[in-house]
Amino acid sequence: MAAVRETVKTVGEVEKYKYGFTTDIESDKAPLGLTEETVRFISAKKSEPGWLLEWRLAAFRRWLTMEEPKWAKVSYPPIDFQDAYYYAAPKQSVKLNSLDEVDPKLLETYKKLGIPLTEQKMLAGVAVDAVFDSVSVVTTFKEKLREVGVIFCPMSEAVRDHPELVQKYLGSVVPTSDNFYATLNSAVFSEGSFVYIPEGVRCPMELSTYFRINEKQTGQFERTLIIAEKGSYVSYLEGCTAPQRDENQLHAAVVELVTLDDAEIKYSTVQNWYPGDEDGKGGIYNFVTKRGDCRGANSKISWTQVETGSAITWKYPSCILRGDNSRGEFYSIAISNGRQQVDSGTKMIHLGRNTSSRIVSKGISAGRSSNTYRGLVSVHRKAENVRNFTQCDSLLIGDRCSAHTVPYIETKNPSAVLEHEATTSKISDDQMFYCRQRGIGEEEAVALIVNGFCRDVLQQLPMEFAVEAQKLVGISLEGSVG
Amino acid sequence: MDMLEIKNLHVSVDGKEILKGIDLDIRAGEVHAIMGPNGSGKSTLSYVLSGREGYEVTEGSIRFRGRDLAELNVDERAAAGIFLAFQYPIEIPGVTTMTFLKTALNAQRKARGEAELDAVRFLKLVREKAKPLNVPDEMLKRALNVGFSGGEKKRAEILQMALLEPALAVLDETDSGLDIDALKTVAAGVNALRNPERAMLVITHYQRLLDYIVPDAVHVLSGGRIVKTGGKELAHELEKTGYAAYDADAA
Repeated sequence: MAAVRETVKTVGEVEKYKYGFTTDIESDKAPLGLTEETVRFISAKKSEPGWLLEWRLAAFRRWLTMEEPKWAKVSYPPIDFQDAYYYAAPKQSVKLNSLDEVDPKLLETYKKLGIPLTEQKMLAGVAVDAVFDSVSVVTTFKEKLREVGVIFCPMSEAVRDHPELVQKYLGSVVPTSDNFYATLNSAVFSEGSFVYIPEGVRCPMELSTYFRINEKQTGQFERTLIIAEKGSYVSYLEGCTAPQRDENQLHAAVVELVTLDDAEIKYSTVQNWYPGDEDGKGGIYNFVTKRGDCRGANSKISWTQVETGSAITWKYPSCILRGDNSRGEFYSIAISNGRQQVDSGTKMIHLGRNTSSRIVSKGISAGRSSNTYRGLVSVHRKAENVRNFTQCDSLLIGDRCSAHTVPYIETKNPSAVLEHEATTSKISDDQMFYCRQRGIGEEEAVALIVNGFCRDVLQQLPMEFAVEAQKLVGISLEGSVG
Repeated sequence: MDMLEIKNLHVSVDGKEILKGIDLDIRAGEVHAIMGPNGSGKSTLSYVLSGREGYEVTEGSIRFRGRDLAELNVDERAAAGIFLAFQYPIEIPGVTTMTFLKTALNAQRKARGEAELDAVRFLKLVREKAKPLNVPDEMLKRALNVGFSGGEKKRAEILQMALLEPALAVLDETDSGLDIDALKTVAAGVNALRNPERAMLVITHYQRLLDYIVPDAVHVLSGGRIVKTGGKELAHELEKTGYAAYDADAA
């Protein structure tokens, strides 16, 4: 794949030139390409137990027999998986001395998003004063979590410290054979988070807060696993509204959620990866598998996503509604501008009795982008009294973009009640004129109207992120009018 | 100096000339009414004043407080003090009336180099302006104009005007779709905003509205031209004779 090769090489060159760190990095990198040796190298680097190496190898062997999925409405040059690196030790980021050294464009975006100054520094990689007590804040959080028995740590730490939990649940929602990218991830994953909420515990904070302060290099093949024991609750936020760049063009993450009886997980994502330049070159390919398993009765999993970045988004956060009376929710805002391509949606698999699901998808396409909602609602033969409500709204800005809605509905039980509503609209000249006649500038008017369009979904986000996400909606659409 | 000076204004839409040489001067403190039959160019005049795209000035000029309006786009004109109360207010789904009002007011303040109002001061201001117009808090929480009755829509328009405090308010068929009680409420709201610094241009088909908003001058627009100008009694005269005589003149 030309693009990946180019990116990897260019980045390599730039870094050599700019920072002169070649030797250290090279020694911590897996050899080019993907073979059994690569998988063994990664596992060895992480000093993993034998069972996990075997698990990875099984996935790798499976992957060799699989083909890339072609059904999504996205197009990109073929990827040469042998022409990429699958492991690099986390890089020590270059510390800058003050915000004056940061790209002013980036600072402008932070300002628009309303990100506090200290956090701006952390995001931009500026050395934070010893005065700022980020360390103690994190320590306080850690103590609070420890008190109630919540485990929240990097996946590699969980493999070391809680192997029995990892072994029990890893791959139990997204099996190693699931799909091309998930299988690839299973073979080579190297970053990601592990969360365990013990029985009856309501996690005392949004895990987002902690996460943001701890913001680290996001990995190329992240693997996240969240387990909510009986009667527990957790709200987890992944990602960041600030634009993220990464030298790895291909991203294939896997997220697995498990809720036992009466448990609830609320998982929110704000994704703003680099979308590529004006011609769509160099943007991130985001091929993600996210799935939650409502394993216990009366449990609930809710996905909320705000997708504004990436050149290509291929992502279907799904729920398996296995426990009786369990509930799945999917709230999505997908914005595409420029040359971005989005193919995203959800799957609600109803297996248990009285299970219900709700899907609210808001797709906004601008520029020359393509935005597809693809969703499946499936009702198993034994699933009595299933309820689903689906609403898919598309908004078009300009006349060179496209929106598509592809709903799949399969029901094998006649008691199911499934509703599907879909609309497609444009921002009308009348709306624009009305807003502008009140003194609202063109871009602000678009942001206002689009935020109104997305309101049902924005309301699902944790408070502090809803405000940032609203601003992000506006920023993502800059340059889409006029 | 006149607040608004329109000289020999010719306006075309899609290449078709709609206004064919309008001259109109309005001074601060005055309320002028434009009356005329359907298709005479009344709405075109309101749109061209607010700078709507597609309304092309082919000849003549509009000066507002000494500035040539051709230099300003729609939102700049709004910030400069031109307000248009719409005949058919537009729905903005998902955007509460409150959010919309705040966005508009702060955008205008920003454009004029004034500080934006914080949430608390803004809320106080809105409530103060909403009360006499009989606009309850509940209505401010609903998406702007979505599911509003005819009366609610017009009250929301006048509320925006009260909040934005324009120098020149253009009211386009504000009476349409209103029953007599709603008309009285809206007219009272408008009258409360009359002051020596503010000019108004009231566009209407019927004389009825002018019983409640009494103008200083009445102009009859027909066939893209002002064919007669008079005092408030001209409106009553028109009510009796209709526009037929003027149509003939224009033809």
